[in-house]
Amino acid sequence: MTRKLSVILSLVLVCVFAVSSAAYAADKVTVRWWHIFTEESQKAVCQKFADDYMAANPDVTIEMTVMENEAFKTKLTTVMQGGNPPDIIHSWGGGVLNDYAKAGLLRDITADLDKDGWRDLYGAGALETYGAGGKNYGIPNDMGMIGFWYNTELFEKAGIKAVPTTWSEFLADVQLLKDSGTIPIAVAGQDKWPAMYYWTYLASRIGGKAAFDAAYDRTGSFADPTFVEAGYKLKELIDMEPFQDGFLGSIYNDEGGLVGNGKAAMELMGQWAPTVQADNSVDKKGLGDKLGWFPFPAVEGGAGSVADAMGGGGGFIVGKDAPDEAIDFLKFINTAEAQATMAKAGMVIPCAKGAEVGLTDPFKLQIKAAVDNAPYFQLYYDQFLPSATAQVINDSIQGLFAGTMTPEEVAQAIEDSAAEELG
Amino acid sequence: MNDLFIAGNQHKYILSPQKRNRDTLTALFFLIPTLIFFFIFIIYPIIQSLYYSFFNWKGFGPAINFVGLRNYEKILTDSVFAKAVGNGLLIVVLSLIVQLPISIALAIMVRNDMPGRSFFRTIFFMPFVFSESIAGIIWVSMFKPDPSIGFLNAIWTLIPGVKPLEFLGDTSQVMMCVFIALTWKYLGFHMLLYMAGLANIPREIEEAAIIDGASNWQIIRNVTLPLLSTTIRTSVYLSVLGSLQQFGLIWIMSKGGPVNASETMAIYMYRFGFMRLALGYGCAVGVILLLICLIFSVSYQRLVKQQDYLGGLYS
Repeated sequence: MTRKLSVILSLVLVCVFAVSSAAYAADKVTVRWWHIFTEESQKAVCQKFADDYMAANPDVTIEMTVMENEAFKTKLTTVMQGGNPPDIIHSWGGGVLNDYAKAGLLRDITADLDKDGWRDLYGAGALETYGAGGKNYGIPNDMGMIGFWYNTELFEKAGIKAVPTTWSEFLADVQLLKDSGTIPIAVAGQDKWPAMYYWTYLASRIGGKAAFDAAYDRTGSFADPTFVEAGYKLKELIDMEPFQDGFLGSIYNDEGGLVGNGKAAMELMGQWAPTVQADNSVDKKGLGDKLGWFPFPAVEGGAGSVADAMGGGGGFIVGKDAPDEAIDFLKFINTAEAQATMAKAGMVIPCAKGAEVGLTDPFKLQIKAAVDNAPYFQLYYDQFLPSATAQVINDSIQGLFAGTMTPEEVAQAIEDSAAEELG
Repeated sequence: MNDLFIAGNQHKYILSPQKRNRDTLTALFFLIPTLIFFFIFIIYPIIQSLYYSFFNWKGFGPAINFVGLRNYEKILTDSVFAKAVGNGLLIVVLSLIVQLPISIALAIMVRNDMPGRSFFRTIFFMPFVFSESIAGIIWVSMFKPDPSIGFLNAIWTLIPGVKPLEFLGDTSQVMMCVFIALTWKYLGFHMLLYMAGLANIPREIEEAAIIDGASNWQIIRNVTLPLLSTTIRTSVYLSVLGSLQQFGLIWIMSKGGPVNASETMAIYMYRFGFMRLALGYGCAVGVILLLICLIFSVSYQRLVKQQDYLGGLYS
C-alpha cells in the first residue's frame, strides 16, 4: 500500500513540476543566438548587445551560444538535421544556406527587409549571398577577401623590390625567397581549404566571371580548359617546393604561426589572418608593422582582372521557428552603429552603410576598398557550391598539392560532382 | 563464467516446464526497461540507417529521393573506400603482431616480484586513461615536422646531415605514426586484460613446472600462454573490432589524410555523412561497417570463442 502511495505521489509531483515550468516559460520569449566570436573581447561585445537589448525589452531573453568555427559547423549540422534550428545563426551564405532554405529550415525575412528601408543598409551583392531563390533569409555582417599576407622584412631580405602583380613575377619572387633561405609560403595542407584558395583564385584569374558562371549554370563545365589550366599554373608553384616541411600534415594554426613567427614569408588568406598570426605567434603579437598585403596576382593572358576579388565573410540567418523578437534583435545588432562597434573591435569588415567609421585598421580599409571596387566578386567556391562539390574541390586540390592527382583529374573530379549536384 | 554456464544447463533439465515458463516471464518482466532502451537507442537507429541508406538524402527534411542500391554500388567501387578497408586491415594485422605480444610481455613482467612494479603498471596504463582526443593532440605535437617544435624531429635532427621527417605530412609515413599513437594508447588496456588473466592462473601449476626443472621460457611457452588463451582470444576480439572502427585518434591526428593515406571506414563515413552532407550515403557506409563487424564477431565467436565454452565443459 505504502509503495503504491509513494508511486502516485511522485507521479503527481512530476506533473506539477512539468506544468509549472511550462507556465513559467510562456511569460518570456527566448531568442537563441549562435555565433562564432570566441575571442574574449569580441565575445564581450556580443554579450553587451544582448544585455542592452534585454534591458530595453525585459520580456525577451537572449540565449547566446558561442562556439569555435569547426565545432560550430558540426553542431549546427546536427541540429539542422534534427529540424530544430536556433533563431539567429552565424552563416557564410552560399550553398549550405541553399540546402537549409530548400529544406524549409529558415525563415523568409524578405518582407521585413522591405520595411523601413532596412534593405538599403546593405549592398545588393552582399545581401544576395544570404538569399536563395529570390528570397532573403539573412543579412551580411562581415565582407572581406582573400589576398597574400606577407612579411615585408623577409621580402626585403630576399631582394624583392615591389610586390608581384603577375603569376610569373610571383613565381620569380618565390624563387628569390627560397634562395634567401626562408620558407616562401606557409599552407595548411591538412585543412585543405587554405590550399583550395590557390586553385580557385587561379581559375578566376584565368577564366574570369564568365568561366565560373558557365560551369555553375551548366552551360559550361568544370572540366573546361580554364580549370585544367588553373591546375597546371598551380603545379608550376607546387613543383618549386615553396611550402614548409610536412605541409600536408599542417593545420591552419600551424600556418598562422609560421607567418606570425616570421618563419614563412607569406600566406594566402582572408581578412582574419593577422588575428590568427598573432594568436599563434610566440609573443602573441604577430608581425606588427612588418606585415603587408597584396592582391592575388593576375595571370598573363587571363580573362580575369587583378581587381576581381574572391572572398566572403559572415552574416546571420534566421531559423524557421524564430519569433518576431529575433528579427527585431537582428536589426538591433546590425544597425550602422552596432556594425561600427563590431568593426572597432576588429570583429568584422562592416557591410552596413555608414559603419565604415568604425574601421581604423589600414589593412581592413585596404581590403574594404578592394571589395567595394571589385568588378567581379566571387564568394569562396567551397561556400558558394553545394557541400558535396565543395568537399570534392578541397579533396582533389589536396591531391594536386600531394602530387597524387593531375590537373586533368582534379578538374574532372570536380565536374563529376558538379554534374550530380547542380545538374 | 564457465561454471555459470554449466549450472544454467543443469537447471534447464531439472525444472518442470511450468516453472520454466514462469521463470522466463519473470526474466522478461525485469528485462523490459533495458529492452525498451535497447530498442530505442540501438535497434531503431540501425533500422533507420538501413532505411536512409537507400536514399540520396542530405539530412534536412524528409528523405524522398529513392536511389535503391546505388549508394552501395558507389561505395563498393570507390577506391578511397577500398583504401579505408585496407588501412583498417593494416591496423588489425599490426595490432595483432605488435601490440598484443608487447602487452603480454609487459603483463608478465609487471606480475613478477619486480621492484617498483606498481610504478610501471601505472606508467603503462596511464595512456589508456587519456581520451582519444588528448592522446591525438599529444602525438600531433610529438610528430610536428618543425624540429624547434616537434620532439621527435628535435632528436632525429641531432644526427648531422639528416633532413627533418615529415611524419603526418607524408603519405607513406602517416599510417606508421598513427599506429604508434594507437599502440601507445591501447597497450595499457590489453596489459590490464592479461594481468587479470594471469591472476587466474593457479600458482601451483607454474611451481610444479619449476620443480620439474623447466626454464623461465619453457614455463611461459608451455604453461602460462596456453592457460592465458581465453584472455588472448578476448583481447584479439576487442583489438580487431577497435581497429576496424577506429575514428577519434586518427581524425585528430591526420583527418584521414594526406590524400586519404590514413582513411578508415569510420572516417570515410563521417566525411561523407557530415562534411559532404550526403547522409544517405553515410548511412550506407555505416551499414557496411556494421555488416563487416557483425560477420567478424559472429564467425569469431563460432570458430574461436566457442572453444572457451567447450573447454569449460570438458575441463
